[in-house]
Amino acid sequence: MSGLTLEAVSKQFGDLTAVDDVTLSVPHGTFVCLLGPSGCGKTTLLRMIAGLEDPSGGRLVLDNSDITAVPTHKRDFGMVFQSLALFPHLSVGENIAYALRIRGTPKADQAKRVEELLELVHLPGHADRPVSKLSGGQRQRVAIARALAVSPRLFLLDEPLSALDAKLREAMQVELRQLQQKLGITTIVVTHDQREAMTMADLVVVMGEGRIRQAAPPVEIYRKPADSFVADFIGSTNLLEIARDGSGGAIFAGKAIPGLALPSGLDRARLSIRPEDVQLTAPGNGSLTGRVTFLRDLGGTVETFIKVAGTTLTAVSTPRERPDVTAGDDIGVALPAEACVVLKE
Amino acid sequence: MRREPARTLSDHLPVIFPALMLLVFFVIPFGIMIAVSFFQREQGGFYTPDFVLSNYARFLSSFFGGVLSFSLLLAMAVAVCCVVLAFPFTYFLTCRTRRVQIAWLVGLLSVLSLSEVIIGFAWSTLFSRTAGISNLFVALGLMEQPTALLPGFGAVLTGMVYQALPYTILVLYPALVRLEPTLLEASRTLGASPLRGFFDIVIPALRNTIVATLIMVFVFALGSYLLPQILGRPQHWTLSVLITDQAIYQSNMPFAAAMAVFLVLISLALVGLTLLVGGRKDLTA
Repeated sequence: MSGLTLEAVSKQFGDLTAVDDVTLSVPHGTFVCLLGPSGCGKTTLLRMIAGLEDPSGGRLVLDNSDITAVPTHKRDFGMVFQSLALFPHLSVGENIAYALRIRGTPKADQAKRVEELLELVHLPGHADRPVSKLSGGQRQRVAIARALAVSPRLFLLDEPLSALDAKLREAMQVELRQLQQKLGITTIVVTHDQREAMTMADLVVVMGEGRIRQAAPPVEIYRKPADSFVADFIGSTNLLEIARDGSGGAIFAGKAIPGLALPSGLDRARLSIRPEDVQLTAPGNGSLTGRVTFLRDLGGTVETFIKVAGTTLTAVSTPRERPDVTAGDDIGVALPAEACVVLKE
Repeated sequence: MRREPARTLSDHLPVIFPALMLLVFFVIPFGIMIAVSFFQREQGGFYTPDFVLSNYARFLSSFFGGVLSFSLLLAMAVAVCCVVLAFPFTYFLTCRTRRVQIAWLVGLLSVLSLSEVIIGFAWSTLFSRTAGISNLFVALGLMEQPTALLPGFGAVLTGMVYQALPYTILVLYPALVRLEPTLLEASRTLGASPLRGFFDIVIPALRNTIVATLIMVFVFALGSYLLPQILGRPQHWTLSVLITDQAIYQSNMPFAAAMAVFLVLISLALVGLTLLVGGRKDLTA
């Protein structure tokens, strides 16, 4: 298969298992986001792909050849580091041309390629600037251009946008995705920001405690989380404890959820429902009745916090659908079965 | 952060004490020395206040010129050897675990506690024919018979490098510890072998530190007085040895002062030149 395959890759640091038996297939031209909380092993996994760490076990296969033992400088990958790692003593142009210089590209071709790349990252004419004179966003672009200089086989980025302010970060996410689509290059990005992953990725790989918890397209990750870790980490969700009644229906807070069934053998389970899927009605009309504890009106959206039998649910609605209640009022709540995801404990 | 300019006396107070110390213990003695360097020497006596240039004129002979250039060359050789040895060593030291680093640094600090006299005599024993390391080479079959490795230029250089190396490492260490490790990793992902990355990226990124360290070791080695006498022949004696000789044994204070002033001026000029070639003003980076 063309593309990158990780076969049972793991990494141990002394007693600590940073990456635990990771198997993953990345087809050519895919944009992959490794997503997870800090310390979940995502950066270690990326560094192993780059060759900066040796795996304790498993194989890395790229385009049908085993690259596990190939040293970093012979892999022809481009990498953007979290710290960017621009060479402080070189100008913008010299930074970008470094990979070409090592490969012995003639000077004139180097200059042409540098200008081409600067054009690509929207920084034309900056080749002679010292890197210390650039803004954060410009340094980011230079780091990206430098990593792309020799048309790498894989484009790896380690938390590339974390140093930028929120607005610029959002803009760069879109830009990075458009750049990747234009070049059709297989790209792997490490991030802890789920918005970033949702914006850019074809394939989101959620990691926790060194393992892959779920690998799927972004919308599927959001709509059909594999377990409560994924459900909780991606976006916000309501996690409810449910039980199975005699006929196989699901019960929450003593009431059945219409249309939702639990498979036999599963007596207790956890249910995930997104705040925007929770429906609010007049008291008595929903299947459940709760009490409003707080209203957070953010202008664009309204969040309603409702206490139902000891569990607090969050519902998000648009200002147009804003429920006509205040804290302390009773409210009806309906949980549409098609929006509910049953998770194993 | 911007500081307000000092206005009242109490604002200036923290600076006054060091300024006074500097004035009393450096500026005034140095001024006296400059004055004495123009005085007239009295044969068999001391000196009388005057303004003559003969002390400096005498200094411009080929003999003293030769000693001066030897001193400068020796100091440069020591500086270059120290940095060439210490830089890779310190770099690899910073890649080790904290425990290993501390053990090495404590060891280096303990070398600093040795006096110059002890270092000199230790090396003179090591280089001797009867008890020196040449016996070891003979035992290993590398040499035919034990030889004395001193006195000689190599012995002087070795002793002085040994003495200055811990300083060099301790000056390089903070800068190398703070060096971004991803710089070398970035060069590797761009296709540079680790060795190439070291020369392309690590050394140029620390150019200012290297220049500053060279100057420090150079100045340190320039004042060397004891080791050249213990480990070298008279032609390996530095200007400091001659200054002492003139000042104490020949009681020619004006000439000794002239040599000292000249040495200071020459080393200042060399340091200035190095900074100019180094190209940057900011040495703390």
